[in-house]
Amino acid sequence: MTEQAIPASPIEADLETFGALMDKEPQKPPRAQWKDVWDQFRKHKGAMFGGSFLIFITLAVVFGPYLWDLAPTTLDIRNKNWRPIYTLLFDGDATAGWAHPFGTDQLGRDIMAQMIAGGRVSMAVGWLAMGLALVIGTLIGVVAGYFKRMDFWLMRFTDLVLSLPVLPLVLLAVTLFRQPLNAAYGPEGGMFILIVAVIGFTSWMQTARIVRGDILALKEREFILAARSIGTTPIKIIRRHLLPNVVSPIMVSATLGLATAIITESALSFLGVGFPSDYPTWGKLLADAVVRMQEFPERVLLPGIAISLTVLSVNYLGDGLRDALDPRIRGR
Amino acid sequence: MLTFTIRRLVLSIPTLLFISLVIFGLLQLAPGDPMAQVPLTVPPEVKQKMREALGLGEAWYIQYYKWLVQFFWVEPLVFTDWLFGTSFSEGMQRVISWQTRSPVMDIVMQRMPQTLWVVGLAYVVGILIAIPIGIYSAYRHYSLFDQAGTFITMIGFSIPPFFTGPLLIVIFSVYLGWLPSIYDTTHVVTNWATFKIQFMQMIMPVMVLALQTTAQISRYMRGAMLDNLNQDYVRTARAKGLKEATVVMVHVLRNSMIPVVTVIALGMPAIFGGAIITENVFKVNGIGQLLLTALFANDLPMVMTLTFIFAILIVLFNLIADILYGMLDPRIRYD
Repeated sequence: MTEQAIPASPIEADLETFGALMDKEPQKPPRAQWKDVWDQFRKHKGAMFGGSFLIFITLAVVFGPYLWDLAPTTLDIRNKNWRPIYTLLFDGDATAGWAHPFGTDQLGRDIMAQMIAGGRVSMAVGWLAMGLALVIGTLIGVVAGYFKRMDFWLMRFTDLVLSLPVLPLVLLAVTLFRQPLNAAYGPEGGMFILIVAVIGFTSWMQTARIVRGDILALKEREFILAARSIGTTPIKIIRRHLLPNVVSPIMVSATLGLATAIITESALSFLGVGFPSDYPTWGKLLADAVVRMQEFPERVLLPGIAISLTVLSVNYLGDGLRDALDPRIRGR
Repeated sequence: MLTFTIRRLVLSIPTLLFISLVIFGLLQLAPGDPMAQVPLTVPPEVKQKMREALGLGEAWYIQYYKWLVQFFWVEPLVFTDWLFGTSFSEGMQRVISWQTRSPVMDIVMQRMPQTLWVVGLAYVVGILIAIPIGIYSAYRHYSLFDQAGTFITMIGFSIPPFFTGPLLIVIFSVYLGWLPSIYDTTHVVTNWATFKIQFMQMIMPVMVLALQTTAQISRYMRGAMLDNLNQDYVRTARAKGLKEATVVMVHVLRNSMIPVVTVIALGMPAIFGGAIITENVFKVNGIGQLLLTALFANDLPMVMTLTFIFAILIVLFNLIADILYGMLDPRIRYD
C-alpha cells in the first residue's frame, strides 16, 4: 500500500486506471493451491530427501520380500556369523559373500531378510498407530471445537491424558495385557494390536488441541455462517467446510506422530516387552545384537541406522510440509 | 498471581486422583497373578491365604482407598518422622513391595540419587549447550553455523537413545577403551582419582540424554530469538547506540528466554521418562530401571507408586511452567 508509485499527472493516472480496466483476464494464469504447495515443498531440500527416502523405505519393505525371497526365520547353522559384504574391502579373509549381503546372525538367519521383515512390522505399526491417533485426535478436536457444550469437558479430558506418564503407562499396558491378547489373536497378531492401540491412544492429544484451535477460529468465518444460513446440517458443515480447512495441521501432526510411533515401538522392542523373540522388528534386531556388538557391530548399526534414517526423513518431511502448507511462508 | 497458583494447586488434586485411578484400574484389569512364582506344590488354600495376606481379597475400591491413605498420609508421616525424629507413623502400614517385602518408598529413595545425578546433570549440560547454539544460529540466520545446527538438532531429535547408547559404547568403550561401559553406582568419591572415575563413567549416559535436550531446547531458543530480533525495540536499542553485545545478550535474550524457560520446565518430567531407556542401556540402577524390574516381576505396589511419582512430576512441572510464564511475562494475566 505504502509503496505505490505516485503518477506524475492526472491524465497519466486516468490512463493507468483505464489500462487496468482493459485487462480482461488476470495477467498470470490462475494456480491451484496444491500446485503452490508442491512448488514450495520442492524448494525444501531436506523435505524432498525425506519424502523420497520414506517412499523408498516403504516400497523396500513392502516389495522387498518378493525380490529377496530368503525367509527371515530360516536357520542355516552352517553359515552362521557371516559378515556384511563390505568387510571384504578391508579384510579379505572374512566370511562374507553375495549370498548374504548384510551377513547372517548367530543362528545363520539372513540379516537382509530380517531387516526387510523387521521394517515391515515397524512401518506397519508406525502408520497404523499414527492413523489411529489422527482419527481420535481429529474427532475429539472437531467435536470440542464445533460443539460448545462438549468443549470444556473434552479439553479437560485432553489435559488429563496429557499429564499421564506415557512411556511407563505404555510399558505397563504392554506387559500386563500381553497374555489375553496373545491367546485371542496369536502371539504376533495380539502384540501388534496391543502396540498399535497403546501408541494410538496415548498420542492423539496434540492433534486434538491443534484441530480444536483451528476449528474455533474457522467457525466464526463468513463462509460457515453462509453455509449455516442455507440450512446445512452440522455434520455436513464439518465434512464439507471445516475438515478440508484443517487438513494441513493434521498432515503436519501426522508426520510427528509417525516418527514417535516408530521410535516408541522400537523402544518397547528394545526393552524386551515388544514382539516375541523370533519375530523380527528393527528395535528387536538392535536389542538382540547389543550383547555381541564387540564382534559384530554391524548388527547394531544396520537396524539403528534404519530407524534413525526413517525417523530423520519423516521429521524433515514434516518440516517441509509445515513450510509448504503455511500460506504466510509460501511464495516468499 | 497468588490466587491463580492456589487455584491451579487445588485443581491439580482431582487431576492426580484421576491419574492414580487410571493407573490403578489398569493394574486391576491386568491378568497378571502375583502368585505365579509360587511353587506348584503349595496347595490352593494356602495360596488363597497368601493372596489375602497381600490384601488382594478385598474389593477394588477398598484396595484403592488403602493405597491412597498409605501414599498420601502414611508416607508423608514417615518422611516427617525421618526428618525430625518424631514417631507419628508408628505401627502404620506402609506401601510394601511384593518383591523385597520392604517399603516401596525406601527403595525409591535409595534409587533416586543415581537418577537425579545422571538425569539432572544431563539436563543442565543439555541446556548449557543448547542456549548458546540457539542464540548464535538465530543471530546468524541461514549461515553455515545455522544450517549445521539445524541438521544436528534434527539428528538429535531422530536418533533414539537406545541407538546412541550402544553406538557410544562401541566407539568409546570397545574400540577406544577410554570410558567404562557400565555405570557403577557403588562407586564412592573420596579423592581426586575416584572423582575422575566417577566423571568418566558419567560422560556417556549424560551425553546421550543431553543430546535430546540440546536438540529440543536449541530449536526453541532459535525460534524465540528469531521472533524477537526483528522487533521494533531492538532497532530502538541499536539506534540509541547500545553495543551490539548489550542489544543481543541483554535486550533480546531476556525477552526470548520467556518461552524457553517454560519449555525447560515442561521437559523435566519427560526426561525422567526417557531415562528409563538410557538407564537400561548403561545399567544405571535408578528409578527407571526399578520400574522395569518391578514390571517384569509383577510387583504391583511398586509399579503403581513409581508410575504415580512420574505423574506427580508431570503435573508439578506443568504448574511450575505456567507460573513461571506468568511471572516472567508481565503481558500474561491469568485472572
